[in-house]
Order: sequence, then structure tokens, then C-alpha cells
Amino acid sequence: MDQFTLNLIVVGITFAIYIGIAIWARAGSTAEFYAAGQGVHPVLNGMATGADWMSAASFISMAGIIAFGGYATGAYLMGWTGGYVLLALLLAPYLRKFGKFTVPEFIGDRFYSGGARLLAVICLIVISVTYVIGQMRGVGVTFSRFLEVSTDMGLYIGAAIVFAYAVFGGMKGITYTQVAQYVVLIIAYTIPALFISFNLTGNPIPQLGLIGGYAPSGGDVAFLAKLDAVVTELGFKAYTADSSNYFDMFLFTMSLMIGTAGLPHVIIRFFTVPKVADARSSAGWALVFIALLYTVAPAVGSMARLNLTTSMWPAAVTGNAFDGPAVSRADIDSKPELEWVKNWEKTGLLAMKDLNGDGLIQYVSEPAKLAANTKAMDEAAKAKDEAKLAALTTEREGLLATEQLAKTGKTFAELGLKGNEVVKVDNDIMVLANPEIANLPGWVIALVAAGALAAALSTAAGLLLAISSAISHDLIKGSINPNISEKGELLAARIAMGGAIVVATYLGLNPPGFAAQVVALAFGLAAATIFPVLMMGIFSKRVNKEGAIAGMLVGLVFTAVYIFIYKGWFFIPGTNNLPDTPANYMFGISPLSIGTVGAVMNFLTAFVVSAITKAPPQSVIDLVESIRVPKGAGKATHH
Amino acid sequence: MADNSSSNAYWKANVRIILISLAIWFACSFGMGIILRPALSGIHIGGADLGFWMAHNGSIYVFLGLIFTYAVLMNRLDREHGVEE
Repeated sequence: MDQFTLNLIVVGITFAIYIGIAIWARAGSTAEFYAAGQGVHPVLNGMATGADWMSAASFISMAGIIAFGGYATGAYLMGWTGGYVLLALLLAPYLRKFGKFTVPEFIGDRFYSGGARLLAVICLIVISVTYVIGQMRGVGVTFSRFLEVSTDMGLYIGAAIVFAYAVFGGMKGITYTQVAQYVVLIIAYTIPALFISFNLTGNPIPQLGLIGGYAPSGGDVAFLAKLDAVVTELGFKAYTADSSNYFDMFLFTMSLMIGTAGLPHVIIRFFTVPKVADARSSAGWALVFIALLYTVAPAVGSMARLNLTTSMWPAAVTGNAFDGPAVSRADIDSKPELEWVKNWEKTGLLAMKDLNGDGLIQYVSEPAKLAANTKAMDEAAKAKDEAKLAALTTEREGLLATEQLAKTGKTFAELGLKGNEVVKVDNDIMVLANPEIANLPGWVIALVAAGALAAALSTAAGLLLAISSAISHDLIKGSINPNISEKGELLAARIAMGGAIVVATYLGLNPPGFAAQVVALAFGLAAATIFPVLMMGIFSKRVNKEGAIAGMLVGLVFTAVYIFIYKGWFFIPGTNNLPDTPANYMFGISPLSIGTVGAVMNFLTAFVVSAITKAPPQSVIDLVESIRVPKGAGKATHH
Repeated sequence: MADNSSSNAYWKANVRIILISLAIWFACSFGMGIILRPALSGIHIGGADLGFWMAHNGSIYVFLGLIFTYAVLMNRLDREHGVEE
């Protein structure tokens, strides 16, 4: 059976399971549609939260980012897990006790203001919509890579599947589908990791392999030390090298942590468990299931990096890269163990160019001046500027004669090199090509395809529910038509969900050019708006309506403006006021990390404004006191 | 709901547990994983230095321990103050 048929069968089976669950778990009431009837076991809810949380980016891209970023990417690993501590200790149990269906509803009640609720709805929609575009793209891209359909067609298929179980099942259908999707994605992620870890370190447990010895040299050398030695010899930064900016890494990690705790689609998951005590433990279970992938990811990234590098420099397996020749073009074309290189070249994720014409592919890092010259030559070639190209070629000859390749102490010219011949390595290869690199059977490759789809679909469904409940419950029931019947609201929720899917599909087909910036905006805004206002609503009795609204506005505007200054206004290319480089950042704070500063400004504004305006009424103080104790939670109330 | 003085004591005890937990949360991730990494470079966990390991693996284990410990301590506190469900 060929790989394509196998992919089709495995993906088809998983889709049939999701549809089957959708039919079984139809939602009959708004409580089931918004919060799965508050009857989900905390362990199952934890599993669903894990699938909800781990997106296409976590599954496909994160290991690649770690592979090429090394130590400093620990910001992602700590940031995207540490937020669950904040959720479990500061938000989840109290919001569950509050016992309503949406995040804006809490903000509206606690700050006795329809305006605060509306502002929260706006923040929620901006955060969730930017986030869902990336997921829809992920579905389309995975389909096109594994199932030989166009990206657009893949997107339509994915949207139809989500439509089936999200519109009919609501939170109930989504939750039980996510449990199944979690199982698929975690198996798909860990199986290749076990094999690769065993091959490289002799230990099949990736977490132990990461800190273990390097097997091909008898285990005397630590795996990480070997990786450092190999990449630095080729001119790359050491894998375990220090961060260039600890202050920014600190703020970035904090921004991801409080952003995670402030993401509405994650928070609403804790409305589905039966009791307050379950909300606490369910956050722990969610982190158990997330940690299964997140503690494996650093091993997958570092090991795939070493595998990729030694595939290019066979002598590096046991000695130094330059002890022997680089891999030859002929070997790549003929040897079965290198077939994956050819496969991924076809997709355009990996590109090679034999610059010096020696029949070998030399993978090295070009020093700054040489890399700048390469970039300028590419641009000149694209613009067909012959005169400029000739000038750059002359400049390049001079650079090759003077620039040295890091540790070798020799210039590029002395080594016979004309530059780095692996001209493109896409981050995503590190996970997608892993089963092929490790020579695993075809069904594992098919499983990775199913896992990537599960990760993207489960996150998209969770986001769509957050959006549709904000529209039907907060906008329609909350302000436009408060007298709507339960049946009417359920219908409105389904229509809102259908509408949200159509909009998300449209944006996935025509991404407004900011899909890649989603992380900055979604996490920055969640950190600067939702998290502070929820926390103050629970832990302070003094913060009032005026304080909360002013705080959210300051956090929202400050964070969005800082990001737009560097990334372009509303992400329209070319409209940025300052170049997006560290030299231009205020105090070295990157737009990715600014959410932390926005959160601090939100807190400060809210406290100052609250102190000079009227204290909240007694009914609100009673509300705060009641959410602080678990007793009397019961089922969610419907007003 | 329990009477006011008991509910105040319950909340104070809860906030104390939260503060201690967050101090550990901060010390492991931001402390050992980021700020103190250069100072701790002499300590090794297998083939990794302590700071690297905390940033890539260790902190996540600590986070897990913190959440479950908090859940257990709070269940006990809920019972002591008679505010459990």
C-alpha cells in the first residue's frame, strides 16, 4: 500500500470517530452547548483542555523553533505551561464558583457594567479570531502536504468537519471530540520521539535522552555537548548558548504565562466541571497532558537538529564534520536512508544549491557579512539587476577570501566553499519529517498527519465556541434581546457558530497578512486585558467599574499600538513606524514581550482610577465574597 | 456560607498558600531557568546545566507539583472551614 492511501485511511478513520462522537454528544440545552452541562469528569476535561490548548503551532512548529533557537526558546516551554499554575491558583476555581457561561459575563457582573462586558467581548473576539486564522491555515497546509489536495480544498474539508461537531454538539460535542483528538495527537507525537531518542542516546524516554549520553560515541560524551560541538564547528550558535537578552526573555516568558491564563477559550474549559474542587485538579490534569508533549518537544527539537546536521556531514556522527566530505548530491538521490531529504525538497520546505559545483552539499552558517551579501544577491537576482549582481559577486569573492568559518580557523576560500548550500530549512520539517528520518513504518507517518489535523481542529473548535458564545450569550442575550427563550438562544448560538466558521474559513483562505503575528497579538492582548481584570475582580473588593474599564482600555491600546509600531498598523505591510529589529525596541523589549508591560499598566491604571472614584456597591462585594468560597456552587444559573 | 470571621480566616489561609506557591513558581522558572542560569552553570542534571534543564524540562515538573499540591491543600482547608461542596 502506498503512503498516500495509508494517510487517507488513517485520517479517514479519525474523522469518522469525530463525526460519531458528534452524533452521540448532541447538545440539547444552552447549558450543554456552552458548558457541556457541567458534567465533565476533571481528568477528561484536562485531556480536552490539552487538545484545545495544543494547536497546530505546538504540534508542528514548536519543536522546529526549539531546534534552531536552542536554550532561549525555553521561554515558550515555560510560558505555555506556567500559565496553568496561574489559572489553577488565581482564576479557575473562582470563575467556576461564579457559575456562568462566559468570561465577559463575569466581567459584566463583577464590574456591574454593560460597557465593561462589551469591552471584554471585543477583546475576546480580537484575540480568538486572530488565533483561529492560524489554525485554519494549519488544517489546510497539513491536508495539502499529506493528502495531495490543494490548501484551499483542505481548508473546506476541515471546516466541514468542525461544523459537524461544533454546531450540533456545542461544548459537549467539542469536549468529547477533543478527548479523542488528544489521544491521536499525543501518540503521533511521542512514537517517533521514542525511536529517535533510542537511536541517538540509547534511552527510549526522550526526557532522559535529552540529558543522557550520545550513543554513537559510546555514551561518554553528553548528547547536548555533542550537539553543541557539531553546530559550533559549522559556525552556528551553540545550542545551549546563553540568551542574548535575559531581560526580554524574562518579559516574553511572563507575557506567554499571563497570556495563557487570560485566553478565553482556555478559561471556559473550567466551566464544564461539576465542582470548584474539580476546577483546581482539572487544571493539574490539563497540565499533565500538556506536559507529555511539552517535555518531549525539547528532545524532539534537539535530536532532529543533530540528525539533520549529521545527515549533511556524515563524519560528524563520530568525529568532526570536516574530518570527511559533506554529503554528496548523488548519495541524496540514490541512498534509501536519505530519501526523506528528496521528499522534503519536493515540498519546498528544504532547498539546496551546489554553489561551488563540487557535487557535495555543504551545510554551514555564513558569518554576518557573508549572509548579508547572500541576501542582497538574492534580491538583485529577483529584480534582474545585472549590474548590481556583478558588483555583489565581486564583493562576495573578497568576503570568501577573508571571512573565516568559526572554529576551523580557515577562510571560506581555503575550505573551497562559496557559501551555505542548504539554502532553506523550514522549522516545520523537524516534526513532519521525523518518522522518515528515523526510518519508521508508513503508518507512523500517516499518524503524524492525523495528529497534526487533530491538533489544529481541536484548537479551532475551542476558539469558535468562545467566539459564538460571546456573540449569542453576551451580545444577543446580554444586551440586544434579554428576553430571548432558551430555545431561541440555543438556535442563536448555533447560527453564531456557523457564522464564525464561515468567517474563519474566509480568513483562512485570504489571510490578511498577519497569520504569523498571531502569537504577539493574541497573547499580548490576553495578558494585557483579560487576565488583569479577572484577577482584580476576584482578589480585590475595591476595584470598581471605572477602574476596570480604564485598565482594560489602557492595556488594550498600549499593547496594540506598541505591536503595530513595529509590525505595521493592523499588520498591513509597510505601515510600521520603526523597523522590527532589537536596536529599535524601547528598553530592548520586543513586541512579543510587551503584553507583560501592558498588564502592569492595566493593574496600575485600575488601582489609581478605582481609588479616586466611588467604591463598588454592597451587592458586588457580596458577589466577590461568595465566589471566594466553594460552598454552594451547584449548576450554572441561567439568570 | 460560613460566618464572617471563619470565612475571613479561610481566605487569608488561601492567599498565604497562593503566595508561597507563586514564590516557588517564580524561583524555578524565572529564577533558576532565566536570571540565575549563569550563576548555576556549575551544577549539572545529567548532560545539561541546571538552568538549561529548568528552562526546558524541570520547571514543567515543578508546575505540575504545585497545582496538585494546591488542590490537596485547598480541599483540606475547605473541610477545616466547612466550606466544601
